[in-house]
Amino acid sequence: MILKKQLIEKELISVLKTVSDPEIPVLTILDMGVVREAREVNGIVKVNITPTYSGCPAMDVIGDDIIKAFDDVGKKATVELTLSPAWTTDWITLEGRKALEDYGVAPPLNPTADKEVLLEEKRMVTCPNCKSTKTVVVSQFGSTACKALFKCEDCKEPFDYFKCL
Amino acid sequence: MRDNLIKYILGIADNSLILGQRLGELCGHGPNLETDIALTNISLDLLGQTRNYYQYIARLSGNNKTEDDIAFMRSEREYINVLLVEQPNDHFGYVIARQFYYDVFHYLLMQNLQNSSDETLAAIAKKGIKEVSYHLRFSSDWIKRLGDGTKESHQKIQEAIDDRWVYTNELFMKTEADELLINEGVGVNVLDFKEAYYQKVSQVLEEATLTVPDEKYYQKGGKEGIHSEHMGYILAELQYMQKSYPNLKW
Repeated sequence: MILKKQLIEKELISVLKTVSDPEIPVLTILDMGVVREAREVNGIVKVNITPTYSGCPAMDVIGDDIIKAFDDVGKKATVELTLSPAWTTDWITLEGRKALEDYGVAPPLNPTADKEVLLEEKRMVTCPNCKSTKTVVVSQFGSTACKALFKCEDCKEPFDYFKCL
Repeated sequence: MRDNLIKYILGIADNSLILGQRLGELCGHGPNLETDIALTNISLDLLGQTRNYYQYIARLSGNNKTEDDIAFMRSEREYINVLLVEQPNDHFGYVIARQFYYDVFHYLLMQNLQNSSDETLAAIAKKGIKEVSYHLRFSSDWIKRLGDGTKESHQKIQEAIDDRWVYTNELFMKTEADELLINEGVGVNVLDFKEAYYQKVSQVLEEATLTVPDEKYYQKGGKEGIHSEHMGYILAELQYMQKSYPNLKW
């Protein structure tokens, strides 16, 4: 179990809350669990974020958005990337999981279940549309690197499932 | 020590860059939508990993070097990727065979690199292995689907498996930088998992009703910068923008 250390100064939370994942706008970066550290030192806000997927193009945008969000409240900010400990989908908060589901993306299961559903051994992913678990994987890779494509056999809707990492 | 570390990292990173570039060529050209998306997703993972390695090399090099300098401004002989990853896409069977041969290796490499005494490399590997396990699952599935599919798909994937086999042994050739970094506890001794590699490859091929090649003649050269005729074309496309418009930024 990786210790989840987050050092975020309370006064900075309101600003960080305004920054979202550009691909999944309902998910704030705090709910994603990518902000490892945010401190104000000598008038400069230092933010440390952990990349989700290695190739996630959203990370560059998130960095720019953080700088802009602080700029909007008259603060200068710098953003650094920390690779270790590696981000895992376990760090998505309960609010984040709820936001994903409301948005139409099925939140990640645990790693064992994830493997079972992607290999079509078990059906456990809940359709975010009708809540049925009669769902099947269409493709292990979806619209972005973090998602797989599923479809629901009850309501017939296709939907994304956020893969475990 | 620093130069050897850089060389060691390049040996891993260049494989990801060139394979990522090869897969990128398939964007919009996959045999169907799902496979097209899957292959470009894998490409994106590989390029993301490459960026992590190159950013690290840029930090180690100093002199305001950037990841882009490393990716785009080297000459062909300075790239030290293995010959396997630069082989052309030809037909879908070739794409899958190349991917499968590399994924099995890549997974075992990441598994071992997680224990590197170099914190950054260990961190990249810890992230990378989760992504690579999805890649390996994808390529293994396709090996089985094609091998155990129709007569034509079986024949085509067997052809690709046979033709690309000669490039597998180079993955296990150690360079001077490898030797030095292994002694430092930073590098991975690839020979430690050579047997496991061929076992895994054989197991999947047999499950796919394919014949495991027994060719003992192997190709090498990429690790010394001596590439196949395909490399120049890859670099021409990869480097075009940066060479035409130096320091261009998106």
